[in-house]
Amino acid sequence: MATLRDIKRRIKAVESTSKITKAMKMVSAAKFRKAQQRMLEMRPYAERMNGILSSLASGAEGETHPLLMVRPRRNIEVLVLTSDRGLCGAFNTNIMKAATRHIDELRREGYEVTIDVVGRKARDYYKRRAIEMRKAWTGIAGKISYANAQEIAAEIIENYTNETTDEVVLIFNEFKSAIAQQVVISRILPLAPIQAAEETLPIYNFIYEPSKQEIFSRLVPKNVEIQIFRALLESQASEEAARMAAMENATRAANDMIGSLTLQFNKARQASITKELMDIVGGVEAMKG
Amino acid sequence: MAEGKVLLEIVTPQGLVFSEEVDEVTAAGSEGEFGVLPGHVPFVTTLKIGMLTCKKGNESKYFFVNWGYAEVGAEKVMILADSAERSEDIDLDRATAAKKRAEERLKQAENVDFARAESALERAVTRSQVVEIRRVK
Repeated sequence: MATLRDIKRRIKAVESTSKITKAMKMVSAAKFRKAQQRMLEMRPYAERMNGILSSLASGAEGETHPLLMVRPRRNIEVLVLTSDRGLCGAFNTNIMKAATRHIDELRREGYEVTIDVVGRKARDYYKRRAIEMRKAWTGIAGKISYANAQEIAAEIIENYTNETTDEVVLIFNEFKSAIAQQVVISRILPLAPIQAAEETLPIYNFIYEPSKQEIFSRLVPKNVEIQIFRALLESQASEEAARMAAMENATRAANDMIGSLTLQFNKARQASITKELMDIVGGVEAMKG
Repeated sequence: MAEGKVLLEIVTPQGLVFSEEVDEVTAAGSEGEFGVLPGHVPFVTTLKIGMLTCKKGNESKYFFVNWGYAEVGAEKVMILADSAERSEDIDLDRATAAKKRAEERLKQAENVDFARAESALERAVTRSQVVEIRRVK
C-alpha cells in the first residue's frame, strides 16, 4: 500500500502535467484559428486562378505546356508533408503509415520512387530506417509563407521538366474539420488537363500581352505552387487541430487520474485514522483488564 | 453594378487585398503601363513589379504590386498578384533597408544571384516610390 506521502506526490505530479497539457491545448487552439484563417484567405486566389486558367484553356487551340505532358510513368516522386513537432496524436503516424504503404506498393509494381519530405518528423522517420531521401525541408511549419511553396515547387518543376521524374505525388493531411483530418494522396504533376470553362457566355476575344502562350506558360507553374501552398496550409491546420484534440484528451485523462488518486488518498487516510483509533481503544481495554 | 464603374479586385495568396468599384485603373503591365476605363476591351496581361493606381471620384489609391496577372473585362479588373500592398501599409524603413542590402549585394562581383538581387532592388525602389507618390499628392 502506497503511503500517504507517495500518493500526494503523485497527485501533484499529475496536476502539473494537466496544467501543461491544458496550456498547450490553448496555444494550439490559437494557432489553429490562425492557420484556418490563412486557409480561407488563400481560397479566393486559388478560385480565380482556376477561373483564368480555364478561360485561357477554353479559348485555346489546344495549349500545351511541359507540365501538362503525360509521359510513361517510370520515376515517381513522393512528397510527404508532416509536422516538425510531436504531441499531436496520430497525425504523423497516419501520414507515415500511408506513405510507407503507398511507396511499397509503387516499388512492388516496379516504379522508381524518390522521396521528398517536409517536416522534421518525416525526415527523422526515414533517417532512422536508413531510407534515402532526396530533399528534406524542415523548420517551415508554423510560419509557412508563399515563398516556401515557391521553393518546393521550383525544385519539383525542375525535376519534372528535365524528366528526372515522370509523376509527382503529394501525401498530406487534409483538413476536414477541427476534429477530423484525412490523409490524402494527390497527384500534382502532370497537371490534370485543365477544363475549359463551362459557361462560355461572353465569348470574349481577349487581347493577350505578351502572348497567350507566354501567359499560359507562366500560369501553369504558378498553379503547382498554389497546390503545394494549399497542401502546406491544410497540413498546418490539421496539425494544430490534431494537437488540440490530443491535448484535450491528455487533460481529461490527467483529471481522471487525479480523481482516482484523490479517492485512493482519502481511503488511505481513513484507514490510518481507523487504525489509530483501534490502537487507542485496544490500549484502553488492556488497561481496564 | 453601377454604370460607368469598374470593379477592381486585387487578390494574393495572402488574401483579398482590395475589392471596390472605381472609375479608373492604371497598372504596370509587362509590356508597359496601361490604363483601364469602363468598357475596356477584354484583355489579359502579365504584370511586373510596379505601381497600381485607381481613381474613385477625386480620390486616388496607390498599390504596390509584385508580379502577377491582370484580367480586364468591360466592367471588371482582376489582379492576381504574388503579393500586393496598399501604399499606406508599406513599411518604408524596411524597403529602404532592403534597398541598401540589395545594392551592396550587387556591388560584390562574385557569388551573387544577380537576378534575385536585382528584383529585390526593384521591389524596394518601387515600394519607396509608391509611398512617395502618395505623400506628394
